[in-house]
Amino acid sequence: MSVIQASFRMRLGEFSLNAELSVPAQGVTAVFGASGSGKTTLLRCMAGLARAPEGLFTIEGETWQDEARGRFVPPHHRACGYVFQEASLFPHLSVGENLRYGYRRVPESLRKVAFDEVVRTLDLGPMTGRSPQVLSGGERQRVAIGRAVLSSPRLLLMDEPIASLDSARKGEVLYYIERLRDQLRIPIVYVSHAIDEVVRLADTMAVMSEGKVIACGSVTALASRLDLRPYLGRFEAGTVVEAVVAAHDLEHGLATLRFDGGELQAADVESLVGEKLRVRIRARDVSLALSAPRDASFLNILSGTVKEIGGGQGSGVDVAVMVGSSIVVARITRKSAGLLGLAPGKPVYALVKSVAIDRHSVGYA
Amino acid sequence: MAAVWLTLRLAAVATFLLLLSGTPLAWWLARTRSRLKGPVGAIVALPLVLPPTVLGFYLLVTMGPSGPVGMATQSIGLGLLPFTFAGLVVGSVFYSLPFVVQPLQAAFEAVGDRPIEAAATLRAGPWDRFFTVVVPLARQGFVGAAVLGFAHTIGEFGVVLMIGGNIPGATRVLSVALYDHVEALDYVNAHILAGGMLVFSFVVLLAVYGRARLPSPER
Repeated sequence: MSVIQASFRMRLGEFSLNAELSVPAQGVTAVFGASGSGKTTLLRCMAGLARAPEGLFTIEGETWQDEARGRFVPPHHRACGYVFQEASLFPHLSVGENLRYGYRRVPESLRKVAFDEVVRTLDLGPMTGRSPQVLSGGERQRVAIGRAVLSSPRLLLMDEPIASLDSARKGEVLYYIERLRDQLRIPIVYVSHAIDEVVRLADTMAVMSEGKVIACGSVTALASRLDLRPYLGRFEAGTVVEAVVAAHDLEHGLATLRFDGGELQAADVESLVGEKLRVRIRARDVSLALSAPRDASFLNILSGTVKEIGGGQGSGVDVAVMVGSSIVVARITRKSAGLLGLAPGKPVYALVKSVAIDRHSVGYA
Repeated sequence: MAAVWLTLRLAAVATFLLLLSGTPLAWWLARTRSRLKGPVGAIVALPLVLPPTVLGFYLLVTMGPSGPVGMATQSIGLGLLPFTFAGLVVGSVFYSLPFVVQPLQAAFEAVGDRPIEAAATLRAGPWDRFFTVVVPLARQGFVGAAVLGFAHTIGEFGVVLMIGGNIPGATRVLSVALYDHVEALDYVNAHILAGGMLVFSFVVLLAVYGRARLPSPER
């Protein structure tokens, strides 16, 4: 019964939301889609900040909305934390008072998190006496996350919490979200339009387009589907394989990641041997060859068979290659595909540059 | 001196009632999407453009012996409001309403949806949100509304003349007393009152505008 189930239909001017979703009530679920696809509206419906005239929302058997029965729990009666894109801290309160705002409003017997633990996990201790105005963007967002978590939510909603930060701050806040995910067992629904964040954080993913959830499942499974590639982004998109760190080559700064289709050499991955990772391999970093090259710079040469060749117009084409039980997608030119005579079932070698896989393309499973 | 004391008492009572009634009205105007927003906003702003004597005239008629309000107050044993202190309070509240509602409405609109939504997701109910988030964030608006409401009530003349008359100790406020002094060619006392009001008004406005330019303490 450990499931989050949502179904919302509503019109907002030109836009209409018609979203259905069923995801496990654990770990991180990413809601992915282009801007304007309805991700934020979906999240607002979940929080009760927007009310869909036709809506059903249950979490682990508890009903927060069921319009068929006229039930709508207002946001302040939902155990639901919300992190907005901008931190939205209360400017008239100190950081500590912001953190306690939701915490104080939850009866002691219903509190699921300890104040000090959250402050420690997010390293907020030195800030508590300060005013939110003197904090950096990244610090503010950490306080906003802490404030939401301290209201002991059963569900934590995050609406592109790092989208407005510069890339250094993004990394910093992502690191804290990971710590939170691993230390507190609160299901998180995380809205994003950046696939690298999704790979780093999420186990489950829902892809949205034009107000609809067009696909929902594990990140690994969805990333290998060629039909979803237009929605996942041409350039950044890639497949995701689950791997274990097998060895480190300190001399060359390379790590060996073992997955069921073979081994990958990756640059600058600092994880310990034995750690499980999700590794994103971008389609544009994968080349195909009919024989294993002996005199090329590729360190990663994976042997497999062509599973599927994507359709579509233009000079490029996506080719899905089955490597063991994993799928790796290569983005090559239509011309090369013709010259190589690629067709489903044909044996090929997938070539991946090691510098293309680094710590920005891994997540901790 | 009776006129000064009476004027201050009138302004204090009127300001208190204005904040009490103006706050929900301003909140409604700031948040509503109702089609009534325009008409209600226009009615609130009427005293800004109408000659005060027009407002006073209508109040006199409705609160008089054959007006609807007058009949109501008589039937519940309050008697008639015109030419009493209570009548002046009622007139002042209407007269100064826009000076309280408009700054409050602007302050509420400036707070925006986001802090209120954030508070809602942090388990604060509607009243809780209003008093712990909206009121502190709209603090400047409340100060401005109170000061302008108070000062504007002190300066009223037309409404008072219509519904209050000139009864020493009951309805004879500063502005009317000043008029009397001038009529009697008693320029010394007229100067004292007029000069006093000029200085008072300047100090009040300096407090409002000077304060508005100062950065708020937490910045």
